Amino acid sequence: MAEVSRKVLPTVLLMLLFTVIVVIFLIPLALLFVSSLRPGSDLMRYGLNFSIDWANANLHNYRLLFSGQNAYFNWYVNSLIVTAIQVVLALFLSSCVGYSFAMYDYKGKGIAFTCVLLVMMVPTEVIILPLYRMITKMGFVDNFLGIILPYIVIPMLIFFFRQYLVGIPRDFLDAARVDGYSEYGIFLKIMIPLMKPSFAAMGIYEGMQSWNNFLWPMIVMRSNNKMTLPVGLQSLMSPYGNNYDILIAGACFAIIPILILFACFQKYFVEGMTAGGVKG
Amino acid sequence: MEKQNLFKKFIYSQKTAPYVFLLPFAISFLVFFAYSIFDTFVMSFQRVAGGNTEFIGLKNYQVLFNPIFFKALKNSIFYMIVTCCIMIPFPMLLATALNSKSMRCKNMYRSLLFIPALTSVVVAGVVFRLMFGELPNSFMNQLIARFGAEPIIWLRRVPTVWLVLFLLCIWRWTGVNMMYFLSGLQQIPEDLYESASIDGASAIQKFFHITVPLLKPTSVYVLTISIYGGMAMFTESYILFNGNSSPNNIGLTIVGYLYKMGFEQNNIGLGSAIGVVLLCIVLIINVIQLKFNGGIFAKRKEK
Repeated sequence: MAEVSRKVLPTVLLMLLFTVIVVIFLIPLALLFVSSLRPGSDLMRYGLNFSIDWANANLHNYRLLFSGQNAYFNWYVNSLIVTAIQVVLALFLSSCVGYSFAMYDYKGKGIAFTCVLLVMMVPTEVIILPLYRMITKMGFVDNFLGIILPYIVIPMLIFFFRQYLVGIPRDFLDAARVDGYSEYGIFLKIMIPLMKPSFAAMGIYEGMQSWNNFLWPMIVMRSNNKMTLPVGLQSLMSPYGNNYDILIAGACFAIIPILILFACFQKYFVEGMTAGGVKG
Repeated sequence: MEKQNLFKKFIYSQKTAPYVFLLPFAISFLVFFAYSIFDTFVMSFQRVAGGNTEFIGLKNYQVLFNPIFFKALKNSIFYMIVTCCIMIPFPMLLATALNSKSMRCKNMYRSLLFIPALTSVVVAGVVFRLMFGELPNSFMNQLIARFGAEPIIWLRRVPTVWLVLFLLCIWRWTGVNMMYFLSGLQQIPEDLYESASIDGASAIQKFFHITVPLLKPTSVYVLTISIYGGMAMFTESYILFNGNSSPNNIGLTIVGYLYKMGFEQNNIGLGSAIGVVLLCIVLIINVIQLKFNGGIFAKRKEK
């Protein structure tokens, strides 16, 4: 009996510990969800808490989101468009660059790679002022291109793709060359299919970055109906606060699709979001 | 025709191809990064008003070194240091506990702890702002009332503002950092622990003498991204205070100050000077940190 309890006790304690932590960590999201079923005026009057009259809980706030009386639906679509374009461009272009680092030796490679690391180290916030001036000169203020252009090649992705491809022996390329593939044919027809798993992980990494990006889209986008979702949600936090219905339900609805995707593609999410982690 | 063929041959040659692949980065680096850095430097010595610029020497820097700037700088550095101190040991302990043999349902707990990382800073900030609202019935005030405490105006006082900022950081990043350490733990050979057990080492001894030293590469990586994130922090404070002004600037960060000067007050010269200072700080910290820790990037290059 003592033998059994000595084995079971650590398990029980550990699981108890983690259950408590998980419950604490999920409280903010549970609060958000419960509050999204209440009228926004409740929130203004009583604050965000769990006291909810379940009899009067309803999906009214969610219906409001897509009623066309506000710009929420626009923001959602804008975010989807920006994220989709950014992910496709960043994946393709960054994988090209990573491929050149992994598979070729050429003059200037060392310098170029140092530049990649340099960009990785410097927060973009440092250069938002000149970047904004540039975008203004190009005429891309209040334009999706203004959000997307500075982020078409992502150093983090280059780094990751390089790591991924370094493992593939270069003889492989020579064999393909003998088979008559051109340099670009090898990349497009052989390497890209080989890189599929890394595309999934990096697509999610970049998708999350783009979907959640706040400061730069806030600076570039001016008109209300062109904002992306995070910028739009922030704009609802007016001091007069009659927008709390949309704010809370909208915040909730911004998470739900990601949660569903996470449930389906967990492996790639984890891989993507911890991509920088040291692997051996 | 001849020319076209030569061109085609040139583009398709094995010598040229890598440069073509490199081209997207080269262009975006030169146009968006290198030029911007250069422009920041130049503008930091100028008064910029619309299209007119005027060279004013070090005046921007003279104006810059004022108490508000130092407060913003202090806030950013304090935030960075404390988050580094929390966000390495705490997730490392959690990862070690989760990785232990006695643990069951590992994947479930791992995924659940990861969920906060999926929310955007804006959504997380909105929830925390309201949770820590000043109304007596806001969640946190209700909670402390259970323990007999009076309601607190969380976002008006220095200690509680920091508490909220750190909790927000812990909430969003614990799952991610834990995942880094979990993947680091998979690299540690099992027999190290077994032979330590045979030698009679306790769990605590094993943690400090095997786990911590062997997780060093992961810790250095997490440290690097935490420094980066800490110094660049802006959105969290912007959402918590619903804008860039907090009472007595308790929530003003250096990026917030850059935004305030450059965009809100349209003082582009001064904003650029802040950018230059931030750039120097980040580079110095990174160089020191990488030298001190043996350089994670250098190590990876060998592979």
